[in-house]
Amino acid sequence: MNNNRQLLSGNEALAMGAYHAGVQVATAYPGTPSTEILENVSRYKDIYAEWSTNEKVAMEVAMGAAYTGVRAMVSMKHVGLNVASDPFMAVSYTGIVGGLLVVCADDPQIHSSQNEQDNRHYARLAKVPMLEPTDSQDVYDLVGYAFDISEAFDTPVMLRTTTRIAHSKSVLNANKRRAEKTPQPVFHYNPRKYIMLPVYALPRHAIIEERMVKLAEYAEKFPMNQVVQGDSSLGIVTSGVAYQYARETFPNASLLRLAMTWPLPEKMIKKFAAGVERLIVVEELDPFLEDNIKSMGIEVTGKEFIPRVGELNTRIVTESSAGIGLLPNSEKGEIIPPAEGLPRRPPLLCPGCPHTGIYYTLNNLGQRSKLPGTTGQEPKLIVTGDIGCYTLGAYPPLNVLDTTACMGAGIGQALGMEKAGVSNKVVAVIGDSTFMHSGITGLIDAVYNDGHITVIILDNSTTAMTGHQEHPGTGVTAQGDPTVAVDIESLARGIGVKDIKVINAFDTKALRDGVKDSLDREEVSVVIVRGACAMRVRKRDNPRQVDVGKCTQCNLCLRLGCPAIQSADGQVFIEPSLCAGDICGICEQICPQKAISAPTGVTS
Amino acid sequence: MNEERKKMDILITGVGGQGVVLASDIIGEAALTAGYDVKKTDTLGMAQRGGSVVSNVRIASRVWSPMIKEGEVDVILAFEKLEAARWSHFLRPGGVAIINDYEQPPLSVSLGQAEYPGDADITAALKRRTEEIYPVDGTGRAKELGNVRTLNIYMLGCLSVFAPLSTDAWKESISRRIPERVRDINLTAFEKGREDIQNVRIG
Repeated sequence: MNNNRQLLSGNEALAMGAYHAGVQVATAYPGTPSTEILENVSRYKDIYAEWSTNEKVAMEVAMGAAYTGVRAMVSMKHVGLNVASDPFMAVSYTGIVGGLLVVCADDPQIHSSQNEQDNRHYARLAKVPMLEPTDSQDVYDLVGYAFDISEAFDTPVMLRTTTRIAHSKSVLNANKRRAEKTPQPVFHYNPRKYIMLPVYALPRHAIIEERMVKLAEYAEKFPMNQVVQGDSSLGIVTSGVAYQYARETFPNASLLRLAMTWPLPEKMIKKFAAGVERLIVVEELDPFLEDNIKSMGIEVTGKEFIPRVGELNTRIVTESSAGIGLLPNSEKGEIIPPAEGLPRRPPLLCPGCPHTGIYYTLNNLGQRSKLPGTTGQEPKLIVTGDIGCYTLGAYPPLNVLDTTACMGAGIGQALGMEKAGVSNKVVAVIGDSTFMHSGITGLIDAVYNDGHITVIILDNSTTAMTGHQEHPGTGVTAQGDPTVAVDIESLARGIGVKDIKVINAFDTKALRDGVKDSLDREEVSVVIVRGACAMRVRKRDNPRQVDVGKCTQCNLCLRLGCPAIQSADGQVFIEPSLCAGDICGICEQICPQKAISAPTGVTS
Repeated sequence: MNEERKKMDILITGVGGQGVVLASDIIGEAALTAGYDVKKTDTLGMAQRGGSVVSNVRIASRVWSPMIKEGEVDVILAFEKLEAARWSHFLRPGGVAIINDYEQPPLSVSLGQAEYPGDADITAALKRRTEEIYPVDGTGRAKELGNVRTLNIYMLGCLSVFAPLSTDAWKESISRRIPERVRDINLTAFEKGREDIQNVRIG
């Protein structure tokens, strides 16, 4: 047996493929489901790997590296490409020298995102080739092809995974070794290629149109576009993980598995279509293949029966196909509904989370416990939100967010509401990593335009939600080296904020007094709520206890939403194996009966 | 690799922090060593801890979809009772349900807004599909061993009796993924699981 067989996730396969392809510079901003790509790449010490401030900067760094002849890779989640789209469109025009791979990880089903946009459209928009793997082996193989295509056609190449590729493990046989390093990277003066002034950009447009023609010819013979010859009564065009569902649902059909989904191999598709009685497309999200195949004048169906919303699976493909008579109804199998009446188990802020105290404070100041279950009620205190663990504060019992749109949006939204003239106070909450990513420009805008909003920066000194990545404020690089830490207070001061407070995340009185003071000011206030992410603190001494004699069952402590605080038969108790103990103590501070304390004989 | 191998589709369910993902990695790697094709996929939801977690592991001569089709799961390995009931409709008729007899109430239950299902409800949900229900006191046994985090390996011991993999393949895979300082206690947990499962079927 071959000893190279490994069980690897798509993200692990991507990192290994990039290493073997000779990547020398890799950049990313963390985002589910793409984060582990750079985490794995950063372990190869002969690659320069960085967490960039945001995806736009990541794209620009990778682009600059590729201009000097080295192979470079930038990875991000699907919505990250929205942030990076400006330099992405530019690098399509300029082309590269060393190969440039742009990886985006889409999230059908919105497992952990704000939308389920289909990034295949970006390939068409930017006029660059798009590759789509069906499993980890494909990921590894396609990364190798991607750099060859990039250099042969002077173009960035997109590789699109989805959550089900990025986070699924399958068997990988890695058959390559690391490619030779570019000995001395050189940048060659060439203004007509690199300076996108109108006079140079227009001729570049003509060049990329020619490039697309050549790429379309190449797609016809691209070895990873494959026909699986089966019965001629049904032909299925498919790509990505949808191929697996199609293959499982229709074991005898003919399949055209497209690994390059832009530009499309028109002749290959026409030949395949001519050889089957009926042609369908099985693809996730938008009818991208279907619409483009229709525009070739080929009769094809797909989204008439395959859903556009959510990720697919074998059951959905089977039932949809049976629904239009492609499969006998008996193939659907005997499906029973989920058991009824079971309580949901949504994710929660952890015990000892530094966001809990400030959220409890905002809930109280804004009287937000009254809001759930109502519609259209005006919150006393408007709280615009952002992207991170702290988005979970939108759920009861904390219930402290009114908006969440995209990275950094909360500050601009807050200013917009104020300038529109709402009579309520407006607060924006944003995490430290998100603030670095895209909150700074919003804060500048609020100061420059004389806003009166309060910006609360939840500083846990990490990028928590994606699994604790470093960022420009932590003082450590992606590869573990010490570096300069951006100082948020000085940054805010430099922007022109005068009212800057730094408050301990676990001091509820200071939080309340501080936020109240800021809300009353006729200027932009910044409140930095500082406390380490509980998951990074190992020391958990003295779990708190409830004195049943003193407890009046007011259940105020349950309004923290702390997973350690539970109740059985009407009596609150604190589960010692979950409680964060001395690092937190918030429940102890808020208990009106002083019924919560450290074990006897211990003072915190 | 040419002979047809017995396929097994396993759904591991639990709560964030219980070690579901590591357990499914260990199954996958044991099956890979034994010459199987393997695919696995985890659904973790948004946050790091506290939410429902489910992991699909598929082993066969050739696996296509990483996700198991509803109604085709051969074994549900539930690390928490409510999470057994939640996925009961995925079980194939006559499949096996191994359940850690342990309750971790969701916040809505603690807040008094929802009720934790009774044992009869959980059993009824599973009985829509199967009589092969095996409750085990995994959390209790792991605590007896002195490390509650051995729960996932104890549960693998229970599963191993039903899976087409040798004990050596299991132990090798466990040893590869568990740090040395807790390796022995985990291998003991695995053995305990293998023993305990023999006597607990309710039908």
